[in-house]
Amino acid sequence: MREVYLDYSATTPVKKEVLDAMLPYFTQEFGNPSSLYRKGRESRAALEKARKQVADLIGANDREIFFTSGGTESDNWAVKGVAFANKSKGNHIITTKIEHHALLHTCEYLEENGFEVTYLDVDKYGKIDLNDFENAIRDTTILVSIIFANNEIGTIQPIKEIGEITRKRGIIFHTDAVQALGNVDINVNEMNIDLLSMSAHKIYGPKGIGALYVNRKVKLPNFMHGGAQEYKRRAGTENVTGIIGFGKAAELAKESLHEHIKKVTDLRNYFIQSVMEKIDEVTLNGHPTDRLPGNINMTFAYVEGETILLYLDVHGISASSGSACSSSSFQASHVLQAIGIPLENALSSIRFTVGDFTTKEDLDYVVETLMVITDKYRSISPFYKKKG
Amino acid sequence: MGNNMFNDKVIEHFMNPHNAGEMENPDAEGTIGSPVCGDIMQIFLKIEDNIIKDVKFKTFGCGSAIASSSVATDMIKGKTIEEALKVTNKQVIEELGGLPSQKVHCSVLSEQAIKTAIYNYAKEHNLEFEGLKGFDPNYDPHDHHDE
Ligand code: FES
Repeated sequence: MREVYLDYSATTPVKKEVLDAMLPYFTQEFGNPSSLYRKGRESRAALEKARKQVADLIGANDREIFFTSGGTESDNWAVKGVAFANKSKGNHIITTKIEHHALLHTCEYLEENGFEVTYLDVDKYGKIDLNDFENAIRDTTILVSIIFANNEIGTIQPIKEIGEITRKRGIIFHTDAVQALGNVDINVNEMNIDLLSMSAHKIYGPKGIGALYVNRKVKLPNFMHGGAQEYKRRAGTENVTGIIGFGKAAELAKESLHEHIKKVTDLRNYFIQSVMEKIDEVTLNGHPTDRLPGNINMTFAYVEGETILLYLDVHGISASSGSACSSSSFQASHVLQAIGIPLENALSSIRFTVGDFTTKEDLDYVVETLMVITDKYRSISPFYKKKG
Repeated sequence: MGNNMFNDKVIEHFMNPHNAGEMENPDAEGTIGSPVCGDIMQIFLKIEDNIIKDVKFKTFGCGSAIASSSVATDMIKGKTIEEALKVTNKQVIEELGGLPSQKVHCSVLSEQAIKTAIYNYAKEHNLEFEGLKGFDPNYDPHDHHDE
């Protein structure tokens, strides 16, 4: 059976070059980077090279990159860290209604601990309004955290404009760039970003490794207390192989960024166009152009999302409904709700994300399968009335 | 398909559901929504001399709801109304060879839809059925049918 993976936003396969870069560090160059003898020093050198590679991808200095276990840890560290470190200045945080749960649940935790959080609305495309944002700023605002590009609908926020405002007002600006990394040209200095969360496994690197960029001027309490690793900011023996894999993946992403964006955008547009041409009553959710190159989020009216996913799965196709973890509950995705999609349409929405290994033939096969699905299951849907 | 979360029988009924689709001039119709997931199930019945001569279903529901309705409608076809009212979601799950626990409510939806159709039929014809005692089309399956 043909296998088509269209869930690159959930995770990506590790590229061969990345794996090859990692392998020697499991068995031969296994030294602890904190050891002072040659084996340790070699590990240290490889680790510092990776730090530079990650820094280069976002235009940062390598001293500003701190490795973590992934995006969730980076978000937690950034937001809780800034909040608790600036308690004496204020207790107000601004974020959006369409953040990843790593951010939303961290904010809820802070609300339970005396902080006030403003969750900005978004328009029907999933974008925040910059005037709303400026109006939400108070004297007590200590942190702004806005997702760079949304994981469900792919909408890219006006990050540079937000950064200009926060810089002018002297407020710390964090962004969760887990989905944007390697898919959007990011420069933390030009964009006035103070903190930025990253994850390796979304850019063809290994799972369990990520990083937080921390602008030198930002004071952030240490995350893990213990040894002197990560400039004493996050103690614990480093995930050396993971870090090396992340570094290599970042290097590849930087080298081929423009090529990757073009290729994946073409695939995305090809898929959207052929679905729209061949299937009736389909809508694209999110922004028509300001969206992640590989993101497609569509509503297939009258057919329940789980039915679509199961049929696709039986035919070797991996896709997801909204966000990866909401598949068994009545709750429609908070993101689709925030952009005003009615409940039954939200329940009929599927996210496909294409990536470097997707081909047009793959997409043709998926479109054909979707035609069968909509035909077959719309005919037994109580809501469906055939046109004409 | 070996590592699927559903067994082959569920998949087979999902892919090729029995009794799915429209019915012309049904004698009874029942539609019910699941309070668990928001999905909808609709059942049509042809009834003659207290016997269910034909049955069709439509759904805006997940694969398990489709598979459940496929077997549930098979189970009541040709049966008397009283017999049909005795079909429980547990029997439906048994017939399917099992459903994952988070999909049990989908089989409840099929059972409820059949009962709702018969309930509407009874109301229209001023009939009473033992098996409908205590049945309320608006009740919450959360309270019942726990595995
Ligand atoms: S999840 Fe709604 S019927 Fe199965």
